Amino acid sequence: MVQLGQSWAELYMKEHPDITIQVTAGGSGTGIAALIEGTTQICQASRAMKDTEKESLKTKRNLDAVETPVALDALAVYVNKENAVKSLTMEQVAKIFLGEVTDWKDVGGTPGNIVLYGRENSSGTYVYFKEHVLANKDFPTKYQALPGTGAVVNAVAKDKGGVGYGGIGYATDIKTIPITKDAGGMPIEPTMANVLSGAYPISRQLFWYTAGPAESAVKAFQDWVLSPEGQKVVSEKGFYPLKGE
Amino acid sequence: MRSSPIVTELPRTSNMTDRHLKRRRFLDRTAETLILASASIAMSIILLIFVYVGREALPLLWENTDGASIVSTAVPPLEWQPVSERPRYNVFPLLLGTLKVTLLAMLIGTPLALAAAMYTSEFAPPRLREWIKPAIELLAGIPSVVMGFFALIVLASWIQAQFGNEFRYNALNAGIALALAIIPIIYTVSEDALTAVPQHYREASLALGASRIQTAIRVVLPAAMPGVGAAMILGFGRAIGETMIVLMASGNAPALSLSPLSSARTMSATIAAELGEVVFGGGHYRVLFFIGTLLFVVTSILNWIGDRYNRRMRMRLFGAE
Repeated sequence: MVQLGQSWAELYMKEHPDITIQVTAGGSGTGIAALIEGTTQICQASRAMKDTEKESLKTKRNLDAVETPVALDALAVYVNKENAVKSLTMEQVAKIFLGEVTDWKDVGGTPGNIVLYGRENSSGTYVYFKEHVLANKDFPTKYQALPGTGAVVNAVAKDKGGVGYGGIGYATDIKTIPITKDAGGMPIEPTMANVLSGAYPISRQLFWYTAGPAESAVKAFQDWVLSPEGQKVVSEKGFYPLKGE
Repeated sequence: MRSSPIVTELPRTSNMTDRHLKRRRFLDRTAETLILASASIAMSIILLIFVYVGREALPLLWENTDGASIVSTAVPPLEWQPVSERPRYNVFPLLLGTLKVTLLAMLIGTPLALAAAMYTSEFAPPRLREWIKPAIELLAGIPSVVMGFFALIVLASWIQAQFGNEFRYNALNAGIALALAIIPIIYTVSEDALTAVPQHYREASLALGASRIQTAIRVVLPAAMPGVGAAMILGFGRAIGETMIVLMASGNAPALSLSPLSSARTMSATIAAELGEVVFGGGHYRVLFFIGTLLFVVTSILNWIGDRYNRRMRMRLFGAE
């Protein structure tokens, strides 16, 4: 998401040479902590702010957090190109990543070990996947945590038994699996139309947070981000704009 | 070892007055004070870092926040699951992962580095030696993130092609990349130790009819043993603390397995991966600082022992000063 913020900032600064925007990376928690401390005016987050975080903003700075969705993101389940599995149900995906299903033949593939790849526990993507797909249960100890979604994609591309998850924008050289919400339902591809309609089950909003309602320059930047021009950047970076294209 | 001043009394030349002499003494003293000040600043910075890291971990001794206390780092289940509804902070899987990766790196790196050191100090023609030594030492200049990337992309595929292992990223993958990082240290220190063995040891051995290889292995190596030991300990200290390579290459799964082909999560990589997102002052935060303290203590002790060995080596060869 930091790349999205950087592109926004660069483009906006080009159009408004009198304005300087500094983008710092570090993960959702880092950004929220900076907002609480008052060292940033806008914080981007790929997860919603926790109640405890909202409370500490209130006690520290006596301000309410204002949440603005700025883009949509779908988490795709990646498998190797040679994988024979056509689609998976949400339940199967959960069982795979909980280590309860360990062979591809049990989910309609050719026999072979399932090897799990994903992000570190400091990543918003990890937390989102854990909460919304695994119902907050823990990943097994054989889960290989890699330092970025690019590394996950690379690992799955080279490992026939590999399975991983991550933003749809990163998916190159691998297969994304259509997901069925409930058993017997239709498998849904992670496409923009399906994400917008809410049919694809693993999608999330990306947020901007400000301490109190955005004002003056910050407000102008935020309005621009939500304008068609700002939303165009969203699709360029591999995410989905709020209202489609 | 106290070194005596190099020049005790400045030589008096014909045109040197007392004022000149005083000025030179003053400059000497100023330089000495400046160097002493820099050394003490460096020392106190290290001390302060240790105090800070330790202080952040200390409340674990009497507090229990989010299920994290000094007890929870040791009691079963032997699981590292800090981000969970029921967090488990047992550090044993991380210790095991660290030891596994470090020992593999030592097993791969030490023989190579030692053999190279033996060759350059005992057998290589002087001109070749002048090339080999800087070339190996240049390895130390490769940023560890480059080494990690190499392991992530190239080495992992190669290992998987050889062994058909299930875990693409594993302790062996990290161990090999780590070995590349510690070879220059082990090589440099042990090569210095071997070269420092006085020439007459070799001459005596050869005069008694021993071959060059016998001389190298039976005479020079034993004489340089404390230095070689120091080299190994310093290499171990570097390997145990190295972060970027293992973070990228080891798969970071906190699995309880002794197999070199299964994934490993090390202490250093855990701190690097998790510290960015923990709640400041929370239980998880404190446990990560506790792991940092452990690492700090272990590497300090290793460096201290390595230094002792190195001194003993010099004493043995040149006598106490």
